[in-house]
Amino acid sequence: MNERKYISVYFDDEKYLIQAVKKLNESNETILDAQTPFPVHGLDGLLSMKRSRIPVGGFILGFVGAFLAFIFQAWVFTVSYPLIIGGKPFFSVPTFVPITFEVTVLFAGVSMVFALLIRSNLKPEYRFEPLNDRITDDMFVVLIDSTGEKTTIEKIKSTLSGIQTIEIR
Amino acid sequence: MFQSPLRKPLIEGTKTYQSITREILNPMVDKPGKLWYFGVTISSVAALFGLTMMAWTVWQGIGTWGENRTVGWAFEITTFVWWIGIGHAGTFISAILLLFRQKWRNSINRSAEAMTIFAVICAAIFPLIHLGRPLLTFFIFPYPNTRGLWVNFNSPLVWDVFAISTYFTISLLFWYVGLIPDIGTLRDKLKNGFKKKIYKFLSFSWKGSARDWHRHEITSIMLAAIATPLVLSVHSIVSMDFATSILPGWHTTIFPPYFVAGAIYSGFAMVLTLLIITRKALKLEDYITVEHIESMNKILIATGSIVGLAYMTELFMAWYSGVEYEQYAFLNRATGPYWWAYMIMITCNVVSAQLLWIKKLRTSLYFTFFISIVINIGMWFERFVIIVTSLHRDYLTSSWTMYKPTIVEWGLLIGTLGIFFTSFLLFIRVFPVISIFEVKSIMKSSGSNPTEKDQSHE
Repeated sequence: MNERKYISVYFDDEKYLIQAVKKLNESNETILDAQTPFPVHGLDGLLSMKRSRIPVGGFILGFVGAFLAFIFQAWVFTVSYPLIIGGKPFFSVPTFVPITFEVTVLFAGVSMVFALLIRSNLKPEYRFEPLNDRITDDMFVVLIDSTGEKTTIEKIKSTLSGIQTIEIR
Repeated sequence: MFQSPLRKPLIEGTKTYQSITREILNPMVDKPGKLWYFGVTISSVAALFGLTMMAWTVWQGIGTWGENRTVGWAFEITTFVWWIGIGHAGTFISAILLLFRQKWRNSINRSAEAMTIFAVICAAIFPLIHLGRPLLTFFIFPYPNTRGLWVNFNSPLVWDVFAISTYFTISLLFWYVGLIPDIGTLRDKLKNGFKKKIYKFLSFSWKGSARDWHRHEITSIMLAAIATPLVLSVHSIVSMDFATSILPGWHTTIFPPYFVAGAIYSGFAMVLTLLIITRKALKLEDYITVEHIESMNKILIATGSIVGLAYMTELFMAWYSGVEYEQYAFLNRATGPYWWAYMIMITCNVVSAQLLWIKKLRTSLYFTFFISIVINIGMWFERFVIIVTSLHRDYLTSSWTMYKPTIVEWGLLIGTLGIFFTSFLLFIRVFPVISIFEVKSIMKSSGSNPTEKDQSHE
């Protein structure tokens, strides 16, 4: 038991989870993580999570994509191989817009998905074992840091006494 | 939790989180029924027929098609545009309705996205075989080559290459990102075995951590935000394949919005066709309710009316422009040798959508199923009318001719239908056809379970 660095508390409804997290915050416990079958609203703030910067990454990469696409088309039509098409100007910005837009979206989208996979450490793994088989089904769990001397199961039990839990261990 | 007294529940029956998981995962755990085997047999035979015809096309050349010197572009581009259009409803449901926070999308988005992916695959087959030499497909990408040549970035056909490959990539990523948590659920439901190993691999070790959910939600919203202009751009660019030409009947500025509305129209019809069968076959009537069907029918009314308005605008503009070639193109469309195709288009697209104003009809499953197939046929004919009637009688009277598709071309259409339905039938066996976590997240606000408020009043 001492080897474990956390205490897990199981619930069967998200409203108990929210109540418990509030209580635990009041008694200054460190919550390592909460695992839920679906995104529980309001949990982000209670766990004092910072807003993800994935959109910023997407914006930057989208900008890079736009830049590359536009510059490439302009270079092809003015420097590399200027081609007379119906007597139109070589550097015709409007016709570069569609491809520039598509490449922007491609870069932004792909980069955000990869950012999600990398940041959340999502990768194909054969050996992965979930904490509990029911977390992806109907169970909610809060993991509390128990490395400190003061955090014991008894103390957590008394803190959460009024809240309906399935199991505390 | 507050429940609107006006809105009907989006999930019927008394549900718990556990029963949602069980009911949606049933088709993946159980053995498939006879109906499924029957469907797969029919559609894979169709797919095989199509593949044979594709092989014949590549082997023998596109002389096996009915195209001639005047109508050099007919059946294949029609079917290509039709498939791309069908795909659009999937992105509309998953992206645009997500941005508008429409909760009813939550039980239909997964299957609609899958439909998008399969439809885009079917569409992409046509340019490949249309090239005549599919092995030289890489010519359409700008890569450094010894001839020092580049593709023509002024051409909408090249824009199409970029638009459709981007569209396919983003749709696939969006779909898979949404699937990851549900594959996790499936993984944890399965007992040990080979299947579990595969799902373990596919679930990307999803554990449902609050931080992961936070990032997952933000990524989904951002993907929706960029997929929204993307889906509008894709069919706009497809329409520019025609609109930037000088052919009467094609050379109109109304094309991009007209095509986008038509695309969403035909796509929703296809979603309805698929979902009315799926909900019955997989016993998902509690999740895909008549309320969902009705909402989609309302979108059919809206987009169908836009399409009807576009037809009328085209006719008006032809008359108002005073250009006799343009006037003749539309006169020929409605009264020329292809009048029957024009009549099918008007009846199936304009008239049928207006019937849905009647509440009894739009809440009837049989009628909706029937009308969805009618609309799909109508939308195929819309593209056929636009393409063939404009081409077969253009400026040069001596070149006027008729176009008649060959059995090879019909085979390509049937074959892509086969590929589409085979893929969809396989999909509903291996992945959850309804987004489990999204349905769970609206269970309390939009389910028909009694809420605490109701109970306290009792």
